[in-house]
Amino acid sequence: MKYLNEFRDGPKAQGLAREIRRITTRPWAIMEVCGGQTHSIIRNGIDQLLPPEIELIHGPGCPVCVTPLEVIDKALAIAALPNVTFCSFGDMLRVPGSAKDLFHVKSEGGDVRIVYSPLDAVELARKNPQREHVFFGIGFETTAPANAMAVKVAKQQGIRNFSMLASHVLVPPAIEAIMTSPGNRVQAFLAAGHVCSVMGFWQYPPLAEKYCAPIVITGFEPLDILEGIRRAVQQLEAGQASVENAYARVVNYEGNKPAQRVIEEVFEVTDRGWRGIGVIPRSGWRLRDAYRDFDAEARFDVGSIRTKESPLCRAGEVLQGRIKPHECPAFGNECTPRRPLGATMVSSEGACAAYYNYGRFITLESAQPARAT
Amino acid sequence: MSEDIDFGAWTCPLPLQDYPRIVIGHGGGGKLSAELVEHLFLPAFQNAALSALGDASVLSLPPGRVAFTTDSFVVRPLFFPGGSIGDLAVNGTVNDLAMSGAQPLYLSAGFIIEEGLPMATLGGVVERMAAAARNAGVQLVTGDTKVVGKGHGDGLYINTAGIGVIPSGVQLGPNLARPGDCVLVSGTIGDHGMAIMSAREGLEFESVIRSDCAALNTLVEAILEFPEEVHVLRDPTRGGVAATLNEIARQSKVGIVLEEGSIPIEPDVQAACEVLGLDPLHVANEGKLIAIVAANAAASILGRMRQHPLGSRTTVIGQVTEGNPGMLAARTSIGGMRIVPLQIGEQLPRIC
Repeated sequence: MKYLNEFRDGPKAQGLAREIRRITTRPWAIMEVCGGQTHSIIRNGIDQLLPPEIELIHGPGCPVCVTPLEVIDKALAIAALPNVTFCSFGDMLRVPGSAKDLFHVKSEGGDVRIVYSPLDAVELARKNPQREHVFFGIGFETTAPANAMAVKVAKQQGIRNFSMLASHVLVPPAIEAIMTSPGNRVQAFLAAGHVCSVMGFWQYPPLAEKYCAPIVITGFEPLDILEGIRRAVQQLEAGQASVENAYARVVNYEGNKPAQRVIEEVFEVTDRGWRGIGVIPRSGWRLRDAYRDFDAEARFDVGSIRTKESPLCRAGEVLQGRIKPHECPAFGNECTPRRPLGATMVSSEGACAAYYNYGRFITLESAQPARAT
Repeated sequence: MSEDIDFGAWTCPLPLQDYPRIVIGHGGGGKLSAELVEHLFLPAFQNAALSALGDASVLSLPPGRVAFTTDSFVVRPLFFPGGSIGDLAVNGTVNDLAMSGAQPLYLSAGFIIEEGLPMATLGGVVERMAAAARNAGVQLVTGDTKVVGKGHGDGLYINTAGIGVIPSGVQLGPNLARPGDCVLVSGTIGDHGMAIMSAREGLEFESVIRSDCAALNTLVEAILEFPEEVHVLRDPTRGGVAATLNEIARQSKVGIVLEEGSIPIEPDVQAACEVLGLDPLHVANEGKLIAIVAANAAASILGRMRQHPLGSRTTVIGQVTEGNPGMLAARTSIGGMRIVPLQIGEQLPRIC
């Protein structure tokens, strides 16, 4: 398939891995920011091709994982209301709140729907004017344009029974928070390609310079990630710290201007709590005053909900790259994909789930390749 | 959805025409029920055992061990590209029988119908069931109809049970995979699950993804020309190839290693899986089988399967190992290894 199998080519991947081994002379810690990249690394076994000196630290870029427990609890409260149809992306349904998840709410009679686009939720609202429709608008810069567009369309068309529980988060402030956190070990970043497809990468040169850390805009297929790593190692070995675009088939410097305009029109920057990390200043988006009527938090009076994380869960340290998932004592014991304590065990992009699902706690005996036909 | 379907040649027979939709009375055991049986089910499924209309059908079976299975079908939408709930209800049970090595013979059909279902929809489903049964060479010999109130069902649910007879010399079972065996799949994976998801959610891709729904009993007959060398046959339906092979690995106490790059998949299905963040190994199939066979006969069995229209893309996708008993692993296309686990529930589409 075009643009897919080309970037999963085995011999080319081996070639890139050889090149990385050749240029690596000492240990380096590189963080892939995006959960989609973590998923691809573990699913394809990319880390197994790397020399032992290269450590990949799995970053906080999974929107499902970093959405604060409090926001999940608010979603659960709204979804349980009798007159509400609650629409969400699929992988939010299994994220545990304090007591349950959206699947439980659904089984108890809540009208919870999986949608593939926030505009589908607007359309549902238009067709069913007697019910309130709430879209769970989470995500990084990647999902923000569609979410902003949904609110804008609802306002334009006067669809008053639509609202959004918005909890957007932003990558650049998270990179800053990681670089300034005590005990940080990250020396270079693979920036999230899809975030940059929307935002461009004009925000990154000051960060690379300020923290002396190479930032490589990186895609999601095995060859993309290996190339991102190769460029990061090349810079680290040469003592450089600049921004490079290794995902040029999708990303340019300016980004998607119309998308940025609709975000700017609908959202404004705000301080945001990150699950397991805490509040990062100016790290999120919320609806602007002009769109406040579409804010589900205001409409449904859930502002007073306050909650606490499980004391066993160390997802925060995982998200900041301080421990690997299997180094958490609860991993595979109290915490499994079936009974997750933290969201990193839920989302397929979450580092803990990726480790658990793809068996990173088990050593496989090698097997002979099957006969090709 | 069902309103969009062209039911082709099906025309509502008198006196069912008086009721364009199913009413509660159609399940009441009275005149309306009798009309439904007489004018819809009997003409469609016509055979002597059914026409006797006794409380039970009385059947004679050829010699051999009897295989018996049941399955319920709740698919939505009722009609989808490549099939319908009727095709699934027949082929699903036929395939379950065939995977035990049995020759499928007789099926039952129980219909739970929601009040208000268009008569034409039920008629279309029954037509498809009858065609599927003829195609698979089985007879629908007993049945039941219940009607539930509006809002208490999802249009139509169907349960089928089936019996078949296993010829002597055939010994298949999910516990019989042995180290060294080859794992064959009879064609592309993930077609049914992605066809249903696309139809259900109104997802549009460049071309329509069609379900692979098909009866596999004649393909199984071809495979069983090598009775000694075939150890396990399974159809990877719910949970896909991953769930089926995990179960076999556990029950046979062996490891299974897949070569991910060799698994056949239609480009459209792969694209749809990528868009939604789904792993095709976990997506359902309704017209494919997994055969685990002795390595020395793998090439012959593969050749025989490829001669069959439903097995033309048969491929060796992996190997049974002594190591890692109970586990399914995959060698990725770039040469890494990963575990392929059982899913907790359904796969969930990813956010971005």
